[in-house]
Amino acid sequence: MSMEPPADLEAEIDALISRYPHPRSAVLMVLHALQERFGFISPDALEWTARKLGLQPINVWELVTFYPMFRQQPQGRFHLKLCRTLGCALAGSHELHAHLCGKLGLDPRAQGPQTTPDGMFTIEFVECLAACDAAPVMMCNDALHERVSLKRAEAIVDECQLAARHGFEP
Amino acid sequence: MAREQLLILKHAREPDYTPDLECYLRHGGYATLKRALALPARTLADGRVQSAPEQLRQEIMVSGLRGRGGAGFSCGLKWSFVDRKSGKPIYLICNADESEPGTFKDRQILHRDPHQLLEGMILACYANGVHLAYIYIRGEFVAGAKLLQRALAEAKAAHFLGSNILDSGYDLEIHVHRGAGAYICGEETGLIESLEGKRPYPRIKPPYFPAVLGLYQCPTIVNNVETLCAVLHIAAMGGSQYAKLGTPNNTGTRLASLSGHVRRPGCYEIEVGKVTLRDLIFDPALGGGLRDGRQLKAVIPGGVSSKVFKAGERVTLKRKTADGKETEQQVDMLDLPYDFDSLIAAGSMSGSGAIIVLDDTADLVAALANISEFFAHESCGQCTPCREGSLWMAKILRRLTSGQGRPADADDLKHIADQIPGGRTICAFGEACSWPVQSFVAKFREDFLARGAANEARRGGGGETHEMKIAATAGV
Repeated sequence: MSMEPPADLEAEIDALISRYPHPRSAVLMVLHALQERFGFISPDALEWTARKLGLQPINVWELVTFYPMFRQQPQGRFHLKLCRTLGCALAGSHELHAHLCGKLGLDPRAQGPQTTPDGMFTIEFVECLAACDAAPVMMCNDALHERVSLKRAEAIVDECQLAARHGFEP
Repeated sequence: MAREQLLILKHAREPDYTPDLECYLRHGGYATLKRALALPARTLADGRVQSAPEQLRQEIMVSGLRGRGGAGFSCGLKWSFVDRKSGKPIYLICNADESEPGTFKDRQILHRDPHQLLEGMILACYANGVHLAYIYIRGEFVAGAKLLQRALAEAKAAHFLGSNILDSGYDLEIHVHRGAGAYICGEETGLIESLEGKRPYPRIKPPYFPAVLGLYQCPTIVNNVETLCAVLHIAAMGGSQYAKLGTPNNTGTRLASLSGHVRRPGCYEIEVGKVTLRDLIFDPALGGGLRDGRQLKAVIPGGVSSKVFKAGERVTLKRKTADGKETEQQVDMLDLPYDFDSLIAAGSMSGSGAIIVLDDTADLVAALANISEFFAHESCGQCTPCREGSLWMAKILRRLTSGQGRPADADDLKHIADQIPGGRTICAFGEACSWPVQSFVAKFREDFLARGAANEARRGGGGETHEMKIAATAGV
């Protein structure tokens, strides 16, 4: 098994584990930390997590497959999560989704997350993001965008592309 | 005119209020905690000595506070069930897994006033002899988790957390624990499983009542973010004073999340039961009414799992008169006072306080299809009626919204929905996924029949072809 996380990450993970009386409780937090660093949970990362917490790989695998936020493949550099649920649907989230898919050359009818061939964008419908007063809402990586019009959505994508070209975070 | 009563959102609403400790202290923050920790034991008339934590617990009982997460269970009672003689540690978990669609109240607190939650939580922990507590925050609240992390560090540096808090001899650690996008983690026993590092499959009760067998099989209290903030205000003003807010058995203030087809969607803090659904939706200071030329069609009064009300629907309003007699009258659903008991008596619930308004532009078949997709996606899969039922309801609704439906779909939906709730599943998700289907189909039956008939007519009427049956079954 090849994966050994860098020392700073392992220190961060050790600190997370110390928050709990039982190491197994730290598993979600450890997976978040690994995914933040590497972009997804690889089979190596999964096995490392299991060893680190004294678990069987299946104990970690069943979580990675259950919780929607964990990814088993690399995703786009910019992950667009559009809220699909009622408040946002009433405010046009399906039009927004179709529009963004059109702009990015993706299929609006496809199920699950889709990534552009250049690996720049992943677009995904997610369930209620708890900001229904500001519908429709969309997350771009960790940032929440509220009242996203078609024009604003295009601008967000453009800002991401610009940021990628110049190597900064939008 | 209906008024807001700002207790929890008092500061969060101020434009220059910031979520850091300094700002919180400037607004009188942590004064209640200081007072509570310095509270001496008192001797009661019968000679019993009541410790400071016992006094705090009694104030919560007197306040009549009911849990703000969805079930509306008495907080004082919940605390009273905690097994304090087991010799095991007692844990407290703040449920910040806000995910009932339509609900966005905890977000206001977490993002604008995290120290208010911490102070309430520290008080709740002190009252219950808790030394280790967690805030289970939904994974998508990335910014909220960071803010909480910073607030915890600030509180610890200022000696409001850690060992020997403010030289009182009381020790407490609180940690942030992030979820990862699963609605079922909001169910308290599912949340506990998740915090133990397992799939969040809810536990069966009995025997797994958290107050006795919770986190790590130890006594555990799970309280919602808003409930813990209310604890702070009760500790500050006293239980009997708090109970004067709101209405009998529905005390205090409550955050209502108003969304959908209203002019002024937002989170409004009201006295429980002092404001009606009509006020919330139409009052210029609250929802501000519908948009020009629109008519009301339906109201979802307590998150998408609550039963829908149809515009103009007459419901039963139960009231207690001054001499304790119960009276019943028929009123328009809009005239229901927004509280726990009235909405339950009227056949729905106020749940998590999320009100979604639908006007006459809304397609109710599509709205229910949207809700059912949510539940099909979020069912944990542990119990057969819920796992299978939620999926079949979503599939039938998908075919109705994609031109493959039939008039009989309305009855099929009801038939499936009727077989899920009522103690057939481990947790209340079974109810949550079937109540919207039962109520939408019953109250808007003509819409579902018409959609099925229109689907059939468009396909050339009469019987279905073999290909159509296959397509319909596959949910294409």
